[in-house]
Amino acid sequence: MSDTHAAAAAPGSAGAGHAESTGLQVHIVSPRVLLGVWGALLLGTALTYAATWIDLGAGNLWLAMAIATAKAVCVALFFMHLKWDRPFLGFVFLIAILCVFLFVGIALLDTQAYRPDLIPDYAPGITPPG
Amino acid sequence: MTAHQPAPAPHPGASLHGGGAVNYLNAAPGLRSWLTTLDHKRIGIMYLISILASFLLGGVFAMLIRTELLTPGRTIMSAQQYNQMFTLHGAIMIFLFIVPGIPAALGNFVLPLMLGAKDVAFPRLNLASWYFWLAGALCLLFSLLFGAADTGWTFYTPYSTTTNTHVVATTLGVFILGFSSVFTGLNFIVTIHKLRPKSMTWFRMPLMVWALYATAIIQVLATPVLAVTLLLLIVERTMGVGIFDPALGGDPVLFQHFFWFYSHPAVYIMILPAMGVISEIISPFSRKHIFGYKAIAYSSVAIAGLSFLVWGHHMFTSGQSPLANMIFSALTFAVAIPSAVKVFNWLATMYKGSLRLDTPMLYVLSFLFLFGIGGLTGLFLGSLATDIHLHDTYFVVAHFHYVMVGGTLIAFLAGLHYWWPKMFGRMYSEKWGRISALLVFVGFNLTFFPQFVMGSQGMPRRYYNYLERYRVYHEMSTAGAYLMAIAFMIIAVYLAHSLVKGRLAPANPWGSATLEWETGSPPPVENFLGEPQPGDPYDFSALVYDPALQGYRDAKEQA
Amino acid sequence: MTRAPERPAAHDHVPHLAHHFRSLQQQYDAAKLGMWLFLVTEILLFGGLFCAYAVYRSSHPEVFVYAHRFLDKTLGGLNTVILICSSLTMAWAVRAAQLRNRRQLALLLAATFICACGFLGIKTVEYHAKWKHGLLWGQRYQPVEHTADQAPADNAPLAPAPTAVPPGAGADRSLLPAPGKAPAGLAAGEALTARSHDPGNVPRNVHLFFGIYFVMTGLHGLHVIAGMVLIGWLFVRTLRGEFGDGYFTPVDLGGLYWHLVDLIWIFLFPLLYLIH
Repeated sequence: MSDTHAAAAAPGSAGAGHAESTGLQVHIVSPRVLLGVWGALLLGTALTYAATWIDLGAGNLWLAMAIATAKAVCVALFFMHLKWDRPFLGFVFLIAILCVFLFVGIALLDTQAYRPDLIPDYAPGITPPG
Repeated sequence: MTAHQPAPAPHPGASLHGGGAVNYLNAAPGLRSWLTTLDHKRIGIMYLISILASFLLGGVFAMLIRTELLTPGRTIMSAQQYNQMFTLHGAIMIFLFIVPGIPAALGNFVLPLMLGAKDVAFPRLNLASWYFWLAGALCLLFSLLFGAADTGWTFYTPYSTTTNTHVVATTLGVFILGFSSVFTGLNFIVTIHKLRPKSMTWFRMPLMVWALYATAIIQVLATPVLAVTLLLLIVERTMGVGIFDPALGGDPVLFQHFFWFYSHPAVYIMILPAMGVISEIISPFSRKHIFGYKAIAYSSVAIAGLSFLVWGHHMFTSGQSPLANMIFSALTFAVAIPSAVKVFNWLATMYKGSLRLDTPMLYVLSFLFLFGIGGLTGLFLGSLATDIHLHDTYFVVAHFHYVMVGGTLIAFLAGLHYWWPKMFGRMYSEKWGRISALLVFVGFNLTFFPQFVMGSQGMPRRYYNYLERYRVYHEMSTAGAYLMAIAFMIIAVYLAHSLVKGRLAPANPWGSATLEWETGSPPPVENFLGEPQPGDPYDFSALVYDPALQGYRDAKEQA
Repeated sequence: MTRAPERPAAHDHVPHLAHHFRSLQQQYDAAKLGMWLFLVTEILLFGGLFCAYAVYRSSHPEVFVYAHRFLDKTLGGLNTVILICSSLTMAWAVRAAQLRNRRQLALLLAATFICACGFLGIKTVEYHAKWKHGLLWGQRYQPVEHTADQAPADNAPLAPAPTAVPPGAGADRSLLPAPGKAPAGLAAGEALTARSHDPGNVPRNVHLFFGIYFVMTGLHGLHVIAGMVLIGWLFVRTLRGEFGDGYFTPVDLGGLYWHLVDLIWIFLFPLLYLIH
């Protein structure tokens, strides 16, 4: 069965009086798409795994993150239906991601910037709660 | 024609007196119907009672603190107890009163009404929010009874991971309260997006709705970070994970980054709804359309966005890098701008208006003055060079009390007095309202202005003991606190009195044009008996005062 | 303002439509938006943990490079595959509910639940191995020490580390286990290089990695359990006869939650297991 737009209407809605109160337009994902995304995710996992055998130094982390991001985009767009939903939902999702980037970015910026000021081996022993 | 009318056939413009008609208060009797209600109005009232009780409790701790500080050295309690006092005062006031305050108590009641809706988007989630609040409150109370935290409401590590007091119980309570906040915010965002009538576009919404929307955005985005922070703290304490413990290679400054990433936006959760209330009151009480509607609306969202960029200004002296210090200081100056935009628009609204100086408006005027001072003093703190001297002094304490008490609490009182007739169908004593508003204003300034002075002269905050030269300021501050306490007692008395003996309220006592005033006071269970017709929320031209009603009605209707 | 028409009391006739919504579409849109906002809070929650990870990895990269080898890549990879499969079955379950196919829905929900059990099972195996080899957090990081080619017998009692920290001694660094012989618990197939045999090359504060590992995977695991409760409840409702009339919103929303759990693991796996 291919992608269909189905009216998953509620039965027995006679006498509603308002045109909007019956019928629900919804997009149904096809098995082809579902299996295709599943295959892509498995491929991505294999790629991530395989990439650990190539030494790119710091690039390994970015490569792994790039593949993970691609997988995440597949899950979000297709399994989570964002491709066919109102754009606002995708916007909401992006705002959350941006917020995380903001937090991680500034925290990293600061912690890296004050590292040279740390005095090595200078942390007095702290007694744990009795 | 008498003011009292018989129980009427439903008519949207009529004044439905609480005495005769069925309304949300008397529709279903019994405690159980309240505790299982899905009606946003009842949930709002339950929140109102809960947060007022928390305010009383937090206020008791405030009075204990101020009494202790009347003299240097020991006055009524030990140093350890003093540390617990200010921790509890802060935690209760912030998490139980101010953060939920206006959105949960007033907002829950008013938001669907302003939108012409029947309820919020998720009524069961709304009730769950209140129960989460209750669970968090009980957790905090438990910790209070068995040895509350003495870390300050900020729970800084490594002290909070090593002190012997019940930090876990206190932080667990705050963690649970976070769910209440998140679910309320989530509910409001969906309500505002989805339950508006078709004719109410974004720029025809009342500004209170914009304010609640901006607040809800912050609640949803920031609160989970507090949750993970407290979770890490609990895990650190109970299992010794070592993330914030420097002796195990951890980083205590990282805790502060985590903590303030929520807690700075949190202060905007506290002030944005307050600003919404001010916008709602200042316009009808000046009989003038709000000035700069779009500017005020945009500034609410701008504040919400910018609020996420300035958290490091709490950490200027904590070991944060100079680079981060400069970035945060610059952004802090930026975040002051949208607030200033609002203040100017409010002043412009009043200019050449016909001011009605009733109790809600007196609080609004207090707000403008006190929030102005509070906001401006924030700039001294946001400036790196001066903050070195002012950080952790009473200057900071005075600053945040000016914005949180002089700002949010005053606005809360304004909103309470403004919507009281709508919520309970009763008018309170205007004479006592004005007297108390004056007493609150005087008491507040007497309490906190001396704190600016002694802070700038070096008096540190959270100190149990102090030098003799600060004594006179502490004495003034304590005197002011007692005056405020008396004023709040008076408010409680006349408001309670109004519930039994107050004059029955008309539908629209103030002549406002937002939708909640088009239904009865108190409203019926389903909010509106007809289909409300939203118009310009600040256009009063269609309203005319009717002495028989002692309120306003639509000019086209017959009396 | 003229007298407005009475609102028709229509909603009693429309199944699943709550009284405060005008239409099923409005209600469904609201539910979706609400669920996505909840997912936003989950993203921010885990975002905090990713921040802690990022900060510590950038400050102590040697700790992460050293310690991650004690995680079994194969088990982690298997868990990733399991969660991906469970996402497939969950997304298919939503489709089945939309097509009013209750039998298929029940089967797919059950399959998702079983995958989740598999995930937790493997996690249990991994956690147990860590515990057995003393690879825990903070001061509990007391790796059981023996030579690399001598695996501990499975029924041997957990050997206490020779330099156990006495209670109340404070976190004096000198009392933490000295980086000595090669600790046990290295994942199968991890050959110890000559470099890591050298006691001087084992970094300080290795426990930091395990602290972060356990907190992140632990919180994720709790969310998996919550997801299983949710899926179980949807399964029960399906058996009770719901979701046969085109009303599928709870399945849809449950699916969104489950996909987020998968999403988080998609990032956790390379960050924790595949550090090169």
